[in-house]
Amino acid sequence: MSAHTDPIDLGANRTGMATSPLDARKLIEGATLGVPAGIPSDAQGGADALEEERVLYSREAGPLGTLPPPVSLKGAASTIIQGLKGKDANGFIDLLGERLAFERSGVRLYELLAVKLDAASDSHAPTRAEIEDIRRDELAHFTLLKGALEKLGADPTAVTPSADAIAVASSGVVKLLADPRTTLTEALKGILTVELVDNDSWLLLADVARRMGQEELAVQFHDALAQEQRHLARVRGWLAQAIDGQIGLKSAADDRRTDVNAPPPA
Amino acid sequence: MALDIFSEKGVPLDRQVFTWRELAGKPFSKLNDDAFTRVRVILMNGIESEALRFSHACARMNGALQGPLARVRRIEQHQQTLVNWLNPGDQSPLETTIGFEQTAIEVTASVAQNEPDPYLAQVFRFGLLEDFDHLYRYSALYDRLEGKDANNLTQCYTDITAGRPTVVQHRDPADDLRAPYQRSTAAPLTKLNAYTIMAGEHQTHDYYMNIGPTFSDPVARELYAEIASIEEQHVTQYESIIDPNESWLEKWLLHEATEVYNYWSCVESEGNRRIKGIWERFLAYELGQLHYVMELFKSIERRDPAEVLPQQLPTRIKFESQREFVRQTLAREVDFRAIGTQIVPLAAEAPDSPSVRYREQLNSQGSPTETVAAGYIYSPGTELANPVTGSKEGRLV
Repeated sequence: MSAHTDPIDLGANRTGMATSPLDARKLIEGATLGVPAGIPSDAQGGADALEEERVLYSREAGPLGTLPPPVSLKGAASTIIQGLKGKDANGFIDLLGERLAFERSGVRLYELLAVKLDAASDSHAPTRAEIEDIRRDELAHFTLLKGALEKLGADPTAVTPSADAIAVASSGVVKLLADPRTTLTEALKGILTVELVDNDSWLLLADVARRMGQEELAVQFHDALAQEQRHLARVRGWLAQAIDGQIGLKSAADDRRTDVNAPPPA
Repeated sequence: MALDIFSEKGVPLDRQVFTWRELAGKPFSKLNDDAFTRVRVILMNGIESEALRFSHACARMNGALQGPLARVRRIEQHQQTLVNWLNPGDQSPLETTIGFEQTAIEVTASVAQNEPDPYLAQVFRFGLLEDFDHLYRYSALYDRLEGKDANNLTQCYTDITAGRPTVVQHRDPADDLRAPYQRSTAAPLTKLNAYTIMAGEHQTHDYYMNIGPTFSDPVARELYAEIASIEEQHVTQYESIIDPNESWLEKWLLHEATEVYNYWSCVESEGNRRIKGIWERFLAYELGQLHYVMELFKSIERRDPAEVLPQQLPTRIKFESQREFVRQTLAREVDFRAIGTQIVPLAAEAPDSPSVRYREQLNSQGSPTETVAAGYIYSPGTELANPVTGSKEGRLV
């Protein structure tokens, strides 16, 4: 395939059964040759056997890890950590660590998105400046969280268990965006999943901060949430525009963009 | 405490058995376990992988040994599985790679200091500074591709900075061959050191060759291609320091002794009690295998294993930070080059030497290891956390 081939062009995709009609019939016949005939799969355990094995392992497995001990209990950090006692400061720190790692990786994701933009020959959205704006926001959010963790006497360089878990969950997005074969449109689909998670996570974090009496942090996190809502709206708009462009519905894209809950700033 | 490998018989082969649940057991924790637990797992996977590799090669050349080799090899297969499956599922291939390079640095540095032969100690230091550079390059990739901090894995034991730049590590094949130890005069520790590092490097090479193409990032794919090529050079280097005149059975005996030596070293230093139990179990298994091969050595070659093996194992491998030794070596020898079997100062390498011509051609379209780490300085929490580099990084255009 040439560099100019569009993924929605018709080509030689061989993955479906219809590509090999004669062999497909033989394949279906062959599937029953090696297993006992006439016994329903449920009677042999079926997929339940996998479930039982996984449950067995899950009961014996420990967690991915735990939180590190606090770095410092002196001065301001001591006051704050004292204030959080009894309200599960550890859980809060775990969430902060998760968001910090996610935002930091988000900076690199937007750098990868910028590569897509540079490589795309005929893209009108997003612009380079728009990507740079979001990237700068992600970096600022990372710095905000780093400061928050330091104030709480936690080590912002540590990977918390939630940070590790969410990094596993989002690792596919890095792989998608880094692949030179994926298009800007495909990359935006990956970014959309990240922004959706990011929006809900900031909402949760701001709410937790408020309920734990961390008013200053709650205000800062609400500001970050507002920015993330704008990111989501922008990404939705770019993706809608890209897909409509692909399938020739350019006018519909404009209509759809007005449906976005939080419209992009003027 | 010393280990008398002649009197300690270990577990007989017929009692070295496994179940699938044992083989796919509970992994270590990427977050909570000590970095040296990962180092030991990676090293022992390499040692077991070499046991299998050697065993297959030996079987292809020695029909009469095929039965005994197959019997021991099946156990080694399952030992390698159990050890390698200790790596956790949340540890990505790039994270495992960073563990491989930390293993290469810290274990080679320990071995280089224990090595009684000055020439071979020089060879180990030469290789050490190259793997040291690889850690820096992969750390830059980890930071710049994923926004993650390599020190979360290496845990402050190992410096992350440039060594002998990978771009100049590419050499003509003839400049990767070294002079072997002499089997009749070399110290037993020299042989164990050589077998250990050869095994580790070979597994590193094979690992990079397997996972390199699983990356989607073109820079990562290039990077693995380049560093895998150096690992191939390292395998060439380290296998050449072993006397090729050792008989097949002698080599088998030394492989088993190396496994005993390495598990014995792991037992001493392991802090994770469950994993320490695995090292103890496998030390006993390897002693059983060693004695099985000793009997073959006696009955087939009519030789005394004591001709080849020491009564007691020498100094153990130290699984601890070798920072000061590495820094001293870096300061003194980073510019060294290899010409034929000799390690020489930079000035001795002529501008038109085969290695210079080789690397000029290979690097003629650029060097991935230079690209990935251009201007990179390790900073806690990634370069994005550094007010200077983070701010600079803040400009995309």
